[in-house]
Amino acid sequence: MKILIVGGGMGGTILANNLARKMRNELKSGKASITMLSASDKHMYQPGLLYVAVGKMNPSEMYRDQVSLLEPSIEFKVDPVTEFNLDDNNVRAKSGTTYNYDIIVIATGSCTHAEGTPGLAEYAEQFYTEADAVKMYKKLEAFEGGKVVVAVGVPHKCPMAPLEITFMLVDYFKQRGIWDKVQLHYTYPIGRTHSLEPVAKWATPEFERLGITYETLFNMKEVNENVVMSEEGTEAEYDLLITVPAHKGMQVIEDAGLGAGGFIPTDRKRLNMEGRDNVYVLGDTTNLPISKAGSTAHFEAEALAENIASMMTIGTATRDYDGKVFCFIEAGDGKATYAMFNYQNPPDPKAPTAGIHMFKTAYNKMYWASARGLL
Amino acid sequence: MADRKIVDAKNTFCPGPLMELIANMKQAEVGDELAVLSTDEGSANDIPEWINKMGHEVIESSEDSGVWSIVVKKTK
Repeated sequence: MKILIVGGGMGGTILANNLARKMRNELKSGKASITMLSASDKHMYQPGLLYVAVGKMNPSEMYRDQVSLLEPSIEFKVDPVTEFNLDDNNVRAKSGTTYNYDIIVIATGSCTHAEGTPGLAEYAEQFYTEADAVKMYKKLEAFEGGKVVVAVGVPHKCPMAPLEITFMLVDYFKQRGIWDKVQLHYTYPIGRTHSLEPVAKWATPEFERLGITYETLFNMKEVNENVVMSEEGTEAEYDLLITVPAHKGMQVIEDAGLGAGGFIPTDRKRLNMEGRDNVYVLGDTTNLPISKAGSTAHFEAEALAENIASMMTIGTATRDYDGKVFCFIEAGDGKATYAMFNYQNPPDPKAPTAGIHMFKTAYNKMYWASARGLL
Repeated sequence: MADRKIVDAKNTFCPGPLMELIANMKQAEVGDELAVLSTDEGSANDIPEWINKMGHEVIESSEDSGVWSIVVKKTK
């Protein structure tokens, strides 16, 4: 059985490593093979970008060689896919090579799409690539005071990012001693300050305590040099605009006609592409109405690894993905909390503590054990 | 008849039914209808609130066995 994993992010990497361990005997005997195709030989710890943007992490800390994270039995190639031929069970990659498979897992992720909002890429600072995070930090360093607006697009990767960057900006300005010269204004697309109601109930009084103003039902329409306008007809003037921009799936997915916006229609429990029983989808690449977050890809990958291994050994899947998501929430002032939920159980976040912040700081290093499928 | 796309946001908490609708509305064409399915009682209020603020149209809203179905039309 040839298993082809397209994408070397968190979901693809955990899946590959878990499969390699569960199918050790099959791989050793040659009955199965695992090949991973990725666009890069490096693996980035993407949550690190948030810290890079406020000068709390050096970019070099975010990377490991992808091959160093993978079990030796996994064949790894830097050869991004350019064509998906799902009817013929093969893909074609940038090198011109055609890769055949029995099972394919597509985990190509998502990327920002600031260009979809006129003026946003030109005028706003963002932090979803190393270059953008470093640029944002340099902009912050040059900022001496004024109105800072946080504006959020839909859909976006990491649902906690809008709140986290807001609270981390408060810390940053306080540490520079210019907080009294800053007016921080937070905007959000729906009618409360976060999509999770319990999180919004915690965040809103925090905003009021810190003097952060906010406007809800604010969806960016257009950005000019000093003002961002909403689809709802309001405006927010700014001296510095920070954005969590809208995201889209990778262009190759859209070009192949696999899903609108680059997001593939996916069964919410078995994670197969709708209408296909040998095509699976992980993480941001799905169209599932759940958080686009590393933990989503992580827990999906664990379930899918069990199912692919059991299909190999007993001929059928044994586990449903239950919708589990776990998100840390950096709350500023050296504290953090978390939200954990699944399809059936809503989150119940607790008050932020220094202990959870310390655990999150530790997880920034422990991530590499997660990617190896050990944690 | 206009296309009617189902946005199945049942049993999901984040980003939630309204955020899912906003994302889908961005991909929809003027005249398209979208039916949001939600198990969040709040959707019966917050989806019409946003639709009205945007100037789109709520076609119908109903509840059956704890599932709310809110059909909206993109008008601009």
